[in-house]
Amino acid sequence: MSTIVIDKGGPRRKVKYGSMSRDRAWALRWSYFFLVLFAIFSLTPPFYMLITSLKSSAEISAATNPWWVYHPTLSNYVELLTSNQFLRFFWNSAIVSVVVVTITMLISIPSAFALARMKFWGSATLATGVFLTYLIPDSLLFLPLFKMLATVQDWTGIALLNRWYVLLFIYPTLTVPFCTWIMIGYFASIPKELDEAAIIDGASWFQTLTRIFIPVALPGLIAATIFAFTVSWAQFLYPLVFTTSTDQLVLPVGIITSLIKGDVFNWGQIMTGALLGAAPPLIIYAFLMDYYIAGLTAGATKG
Amino acid sequence: MADVVVRPTSAARAASASKRSSLHTALKRKSTAAFLMTLPLILLIALLVIYPAFYSLHLATLNKSMQRFVGLGNFEFLFKRDTFWMVVKQSCIFAITAVVFKALIGFIVAHFVHNIPAKGQRKWRGMLLVPWVIPPAMSTLAWLWLFDPSYSAFNYTLSYFGIGPIPWTGDAMWARFSVILVNVWYGAPFFMIMYLAALKSVPEQLYEAAAIDGANWWQRIWYVTLPMMRNIIAITTLFSLIVTFANFDIVRILTFGGPLDRTHIFATWAFRVGIEGSDIPLGACVSLFMAPILAVAAIFILRDISKRGHEA
Repeated sequence: MSTIVIDKGGPRRKVKYGSMSRDRAWALRWSYFFLVLFAIFSLTPPFYMLITSLKSSAEISAATNPWWVYHPTLSNYVELLTSNQFLRFFWNSAIVSVVVVTITMLISIPSAFALARMKFWGSATLATGVFLTYLIPDSLLFLPLFKMLATVQDWTGIALLNRWYVLLFIYPTLTVPFCTWIMIGYFASIPKELDEAAIIDGASWFQTLTRIFIPVALPGLIAATIFAFTVSWAQFLYPLVFTTSTDQLVLPVGIITSLIKGDVFNWGQIMTGALLGAAPPLIIYAFLMDYYIAGLTAGATKG
Repeated sequence: MADVVVRPTSAARAASASKRSSLHTALKRKSTAAFLMTLPLILLIALLVIYPAFYSLHLATLNKSMQRFVGLGNFEFLFKRDTFWMVVKQSCIFAITAVVFKALIGFIVAHFVHNIPAKGQRKWRGMLLVPWVIPPAMSTLAWLWLFDPSYSAFNYTLSYFGIGPIPWTGDAMWARFSVILVNVWYGAPFFMIMYLAALKSVPEQLYEAAAIDGANWWQRIWYVTLPMMRNIIAITTLFSLIVTFANFDIVRILTFGGPLDRTHIFATWAFRVGIEGSDIPLGACVSLFMAPILAVAAIFILRDISKRGHEA
């Protein structure tokens, strides 16, 4: 008797299990199919940048198959990387981004520490306020900032408009609020016992910050640094408004205003420039993807 | 049992109370130190964010040479211009359509990535996030080249299917479509990554329970996934709505607001009027129209934060 029951039960269960796994396999195949489609959609523009950057002007104007390069050449790269103007843009971008990252960290780490740990009058309001200022977009502020800079320039006689260094003051408004906000999240997640132990052992607040908080929250710090760097590297509106002469421009604005001359589009060079401009964030992303994503998602999950 | 539990806590409370009183003098110094540490942040936000925001309210009431107070004259002038209403309409169409498609595509792609074995997810996630990583000004140049009137690679490909050359940026309707397409391309990965993080946080048991109760895939999404992701969906959509409303790079580079100002949105038109037309007050006026959406977002976020405060 018992053997018959088992025999009956066995196959039935097996069949059911088999159909379920077949469903799974189909779902998987469809998932891969659509993922390939979306990946093609995502990667077409960067791929096309690369293809075009390897073409000579003659090949571009010959209008052969645009998706393939028949006579690859590095002449566009050589030309751009030996052009003083382009190197100037690159240098301006690099120095602005690095200095802005430093300023951002110097401002946002102490404030995040204070807001996360040292409760004082108005600290909760300030933390919320920091997040709200992050939401104020650059396109709302560029006109008043432009007028303010012009006024300060008139009063003090210090040249501010059309100077790259003014971006060092302006960019932190974009990076500091978000970096502070995610650092507050990371600092708040550190167990209180850790810094209480340090204080009891006689550490000052400064020592608690440098010896405990910064090392423990290092992943958050890296995420914030990456965020600050990519934002200052990619910023387009402020440099477009505040700088105009070619020796003061940063990379994105430089490529758009100097490589596009009137109606003559040298697409090989433009795409090379765009690819070189996209390279630093892409390289950082390739090596530090997990930190990059942690920084992206921290804002929403902790907010 | 109860005694055993109560005694240690009361002891601990007494200990912490005595510790607190001994640290009382330190606390006084602490708040001063904390204030000093946040001072640079407060100064930065006050001087370069809050002040300009209110200053633009003042600017909006001046005449073009910024010497005479004209009250609401600039607004009156704007309301009489057809271009302004076109910009309002286009901004709303642009932002809402783009955000809806970004959210939908992000949601769908996040599910596909979540479906495949965990081993391969990293690779796919890495590829799909590339559009978000490239500076938008740079990637829009690539799109501009893809949309080029005479050498468009899309038109080249479409011609094999017998579809005639499409005026991607030349015709008003197509130009509107193109700027939205580029914005969706750029922004959908952000939604994807957010939703993927949210999907990972939904406990597997809920799906098992739903499956046992006989829920089909649609019911599982509607009754399990969406309620669990509600917070993230709300905050991501809100955030994206602000950023998309305030978008500048894509429209500026792709269409320059053209053809015939048909694709201008608030930011690009404010730039055109304020910087290129050197009428700063009028430009400030235009960009102030982005404020209502900000106010709505602020209210929602503040409500959310205070709700969390009550729960905690």
